[in-house]
Amino acid sequence: MHDTAALREAPPVSPPECLRTATGRYPLSVRGLSYSADGQDIIKKVSFDLPSDDLTVLMGPNGAGKSVLLRLLHGLMAPTGGTILWNGRPIDRALRKSQAMVFQKPVLLRRSVLQNLRFAMGLRGLARSRGDLEPILKRLHLQTLADRPARLLSGGEQQRLSLARALALKPEILFLDEPCANLDPASVQLIEDTIKQAQAQGTKIILVTHDIHQARRLAEQVVFLHHGQVSEITPADIFFNAASSREARAYLDGKILI
Amino acid sequence: MLSKTALSAAFIAFAALQWTAVPASAEDRFIVIQSTTSTANSGLLDAILPKFKDKTGIDVRVVAVGTGQAIKNATNGDGDVLLVHAKPAEEKFVADGWGVKRYDVMYNDFVIVGPENDPAGIRGMENATDALKKIAKAKAPFASRGDDSGTHKKELSLWKSADIDVTSASGSWYRETGSGMGATLNTAAGMNAYALTDRATWISFKNKGGLAILTEGDDRLFNQYGVILMNPEKHAAVKADEGGAFIDWLTGPEGQQAIANYKLDGQQLFFPNANKATN
Amino acid sequence: MQDFRNAFSLAFELIASLDANLLSIVGLSLRVTFAALLISCLIGLPIGAALAVSRFPGRGAIVVVFNTMMGLPPVVIGLLVYMMLSNAGPLGVLRLLYTPGAMVIAQTILVTPIIVALSRQVIEDLDREYAEQFRSLVVPFPAAMAALLWDARFALATVALAGFGRAIAEVGAVMIVGGNINHVTRAMTTAIALETSKGDLALALALGIILLLIAMTVNAAVQGIKASARRNAYA
Repeated sequence: MHDTAALREAPPVSPPECLRTATGRYPLSVRGLSYSADGQDIIKKVSFDLPSDDLTVLMGPNGAGKSVLLRLLHGLMAPTGGTILWNGRPIDRALRKSQAMVFQKPVLLRRSVLQNLRFAMGLRGLARSRGDLEPILKRLHLQTLADRPARLLSGGEQQRLSLARALALKPEILFLDEPCANLDPASVQLIEDTIKQAQAQGTKIILVTHDIHQARRLAEQVVFLHHGQVSEITPADIFFNAASSREARAYLDGKILI
Repeated sequence: MLSKTALSAAFIAFAALQWTAVPASAEDRFIVIQSTTSTANSGLLDAILPKFKDKTGIDVRVVAVGTGQAIKNATNGDGDVLLVHAKPAEEKFVADGWGVKRYDVMYNDFVIVGPENDPAGIRGMENATDALKKIAKAKAPFASRGDDSGTHKKELSLWKSADIDVTSASGSWYRETGSGMGATLNTAAGMNAYALTDRATWISFKNKGGLAILTEGDDRLFNQYGVILMNPEKHAAVKADEGGAFIDWLTGPEGQQAIANYKLDGQQLFFPNANKATN
Repeated sequence: MQDFRNAFSLAFELIASLDANLLSIVGLSLRVTFAALLISCLIGLPIGAALAVSRFPGRGAIVVVFNTMMGLPPVVIGLLVYMMLSNAGPLGVLRLLYTPGAMVIAQTILVTPIIVALSRQVIEDLDREYAEQFRSLVVPFPAAMAALLWDARFALATVALAGFGRAIAEVGAVMIVGGNINHVTRAMTTAIALETSKGDLALALALGIILLLIAMTVNAAVQGIKASARRNAYA
């Protein structure tokens, strides 16, 4: 068990490129992972490693199993087979507490913006006075909306709040499932900038998107999923120029994959 | 934290119960009497009980149900005094040890009411059993209490004297409402049926519809009320002193006078007869 | 029907004159009903919420039991409470029979299943929305329940209203355990039953109209609260 609190509070010791060594602080190892529901195999005996802390984008056509894989990695669902090890540890309550997730459709409490943040932070015993929350509200341009009912916000504002809530928990690992689908460009820009900043400050990011442009803007490495299996794991600069798998090339060419 | 929540929940529940409680001053001294609808609904008890309270400070709380249920409740120890009108059942209550002693209090009489057009032709008859025979013969609808009340017991004994088996007619012309006197009269008025009722309830009843008194005056229609203190040896909670004081007052000159004085529409409803009794 | 016209003018007269007897009867009805409702919510909401968010063997059976108990005839409950509180019964020593406390107990038993069954439904719907987010946030069970109850509070007000409706309109149970004693346990409904049995249908109906007005006022108040909540998207 390492002291996660100390790690989280430590400023980035070196710029991101130095962090991206072969082994990051939160290496992930997946072996024989399967998930099936209603007799359908959604994830099929997948094995892979993500040893580095590179910003990882899960890509693949609709129904490839991206969202399910993300939920399995976050421990929201129990796999039907196989193992997931974070830093050599299986997923448990304590580990999940060091992770956070932003869903495609934000789920906000029927309370004000501020109270939504306070609720989440209260769960971790974190300071949650208005002053303490000011930076994160500012970061996502929510400071003027602090006392508004969360569910009256626009889609972009809601997703910004959802990201603010996730980051307020100071997670080691942040999962995002299509966070920018159907959002206004300003919100997309703000969310992407905030994600990059979080990564620079030491949070490991795993993002699902099927917006190729967003993937190009953010990804440092790409995991390509097809029919519940990993086709390839490739550094982003290589992936977008010369993906190794036939499926990924077809997908990038805009062909319909079935 | 959880136990604290539970504790405050219990406190709120307790406070809610307290909130509904009667103010202490009214609670000081009271007795509960199990009585019948005829004494309560006719307004008699409302008229005479304040006099007793003025004299003794004892509040009398009346539970008005049928005689059968009143005796059952009293057997369970729920109350202090029984004031009902079914002498054989009362005497059995005392003989079984549930009551201390039975005293006559007052009487009135039963009457047979029925539709004005009187399909069975019993108007003006004095012989109650003959009247019932005619009703049975005409198969004219008859509304019975059917609830083991004093009135119901009286009605059944009259059918027996008339040698008529009403159980076989149950559901055809003989209709058992299984409810109180008032509800039964409402039913009778609704379907133009005959019914046996005590005179006090009849006089005070306001929904007479097309019904009228058709048969009255038979000695067998005599309706005697008795009062019994419940036996504190059976139920320690019985307030024997207060209950005894109430019975003394009710059967004494003041109570008897109060009963005689109670009139509705100029008619006396109950006739005190405690002194004539064997107490 | 002469009685109809009489009933409305009588109801109006009673209200206009602020008849002391009427006020004490209305007061008792409201106190008993609100006390029972409060206790029912304290018992029923946590049970409903717990049933909504947890899955265990036998849960379905418990849900069926509470749903069934919603339809329990008040007279049966009155009888059971009478048998418990009677001097011959196990709780006779409490001396609660023929007191407003007994009426509160009977109504609590009457209303709690409604609160449990309906709040379970409301909270289950909300939980379906919150569950994955809460699992992601690792919300402990008590905190999740508290949050669900709080966020569903305006929907739960409707649940409480259903309980209020059943309690305030109920006659069978309070008649048996309260005894309909004048100035002590006479409530609106038992007074209506009494006047009906006296054949005074106009007065009975007038009391019924007043009962209806009270229920309408309470409903309107809750509706008003909900409307303002809806403007904030809290409901």
